[in-house]
Amino acid sequence: MFSKHLKAAGALALALAAGLAHADVTLLNVSYDPTRELYQDFNQSFAKYWLATNKEKVTIKQSHGGSGKQARSVIDGLEADVVTLALAYDIDEISSIGKLLSPDWQKKLPSNASPYTSTIVFLVRKGNPKGIKDWDDLIKPGVSVITPNPKTSGGARWNYLAAWAHGYKKGGEAKAREYITALFKNVPILDSGARGATTTFVERGQGDVLIAWENEAILAIKELGPDKFELVTPSLSILAEPPVAVVDKVVDKRGTRKVAEAYLKYLYTEEGQEIAAKNHYRPRLEKVAAKYARDFPKLNLVTIADPIFGGWQAAQKTHFNDGGVFDKIYQPTGK
Amino acid sequence: MVLLQRRRNVLPGFGPALGFTLLYLGLIVLIPLSAAFAKTFTLTWESFWLTVTHPRVLAAFRLSFGVSLLAAAINAVFGLLVAWVLVRYPLPGKRVIDALVDLPFALPTAVAGIALTAVYSTKGVLGAPLAELGIKVAFTPLGVLMALIFIGLPFVVRTVQPVLEDMDRGYEEAAHSLGATPLQTFTRVIFPTVLPALITGFTLAFARALGEYGSVVFISGNMPMISEIVPLIIITKLEQYDYTGATAVAVVMLVASFILLLVINLLQWWVRKRRAEDRG
Repeated sequence: MFSKHLKAAGALALALAAGLAHADVTLLNVSYDPTRELYQDFNQSFAKYWLATNKEKVTIKQSHGGSGKQARSVIDGLEADVVTLALAYDIDEISSIGKLLSPDWQKKLPSNASPYTSTIVFLVRKGNPKGIKDWDDLIKPGVSVITPNPKTSGGARWNYLAAWAHGYKKGGEAKAREYITALFKNVPILDSGARGATTTFVERGQGDVLIAWENEAILAIKELGPDKFELVTPSLSILAEPPVAVVDKVVDKRGTRKVAEAYLKYLYTEEGQEIAAKNHYRPRLEKVAAKYARDFPKLNLVTIADPIFGGWQAAQKTHFNDGGVFDKIYQPTGK
Repeated sequence: MVLLQRRRNVLPGFGPALGFTLLYLGLIVLIPLSAAFAKTFTLTWESFWLTVTHPRVLAAFRLSFGVSLLAAAINAVFGLLVAWVLVRYPLPGKRVIDALVDLPFALPTAVAGIALTAVYSTKGVLGAPLAELGIKVAFTPLGVLMALIFIGLPFVVRTVQPVLEDMDRGYEEAAHSLGATPLQTFTRVIFPTVLPALITGFTLAFARALGEYGSVVFISGNMPMISEIVPLIIITKLEQYDYTGATAVAVVMLVASFILLLVINLLQWWVRKRRAEDRG
């Protein structure tokens, strides 16, 4: 896995070096970890499209890391023309703390500015020895669950909220709290990021089930062999919407608004949607979704806008900030 | 008085040298650190206190300081042993072993963390037999200890080694011919000579362990109240864009580290002084 990434990074560096030599315009796309492969493919396709339609060479630089860390870099001055992060909360903070884009950024592009989506599924060991079929199986005694720490990992917040939605459907907030507490009692390790949790489950052989983004789970099976792992889709999950936005202050300063906007719009075209689907993200466009329907099983999906969450700002405050529901799970008794 | 006698120096005068030193330390160390303090002052005293005395933060402080001290102490003992062997015995492939000691310096800490986790997890080469004995290393505080021992070892070896190399064997021979047992020779002659260097090595290993993040997060499992280190707490606060909360914890860590380092330095000064008096 590592050597593949190294090669990819090397190829990218070469492409960058070659591109910089005679590029007319460059864009910096600040993204989060698991989109590396997606944007490598997408950038090539967009560069071709832009050259054909505008007679201008465009080079896109990519930066990847934890979603929250990436957002803080942009706030602290990393000149990103576009951000493509794991959750809207991080872009909200770029707007409210960094004042680099307008608060209504999510209305500027269709579908909540999320051109592709994913959902939260389970990865289990071959043969599914613990018989895991749905959320309730995760809180059975003796089942060990691996999921990253939602306080440090943006991706893990979607995992947590999917579990919360399941608990909530069983009997409101009280049941949801009960479920989430029971679930994290079965979590022996909280990695700081999503890729770290995948490594813990896949390479270190820890745990019976990994809660993961669907695209990550499919990728893990593809890279490590279907003879080792199986994907289990629960009956209910959350629609993970990783949003994208043009960073107004940066593109206006650099004069790249036109190409940056075109870049993000291209994500919504048939070509862009195909690339997303090939990289295991669920496409929004009906036509492409129909073509790849076999890869993405249907399931009940709640969204972050659902009243049980009330959007990212409310969810972050209730669940993940200090003193929130997640912290209470670990609060020592008597305090 | 000693200072006055030693005023003749090859380097330019005391004034410019001191001025430059202060300026340099100010730019490199003090200004960045004072930024952390300035950010903390935007908190009220009450919310500062609530932040840093939260049970989870306190648990992290206990773990970070406790395990760092323990790791440095273990390194002091075994680092001295390694340095002794490297200096005193004609080992085959000594240069290779010597270079091996430096590896933890050079390795990116994340690589160290991944490697250690692979070895010590219940499926790992060392972790599997240990797990059968009922000892879990990776994803427990014990794993944190192993990582901190790993990264701290070179500090002790590299500070003690030159002192051992320079040590006059005549003292040992004199002790022997005056009838000292090997143990007495060690405790009365060798150990006092290397003690100041050993304390320096211990201090460096301890300071390094306190600030270590990269390798620890992979092996600790990061369980609240059990295996969260202070740097992780700081990261979780940053992840909520709670910049002031993060710096509040950082400031406490800084002050506590500074006091500890100061105490160790005073101890070292006292050891040196006592030794000088002994030699009279």
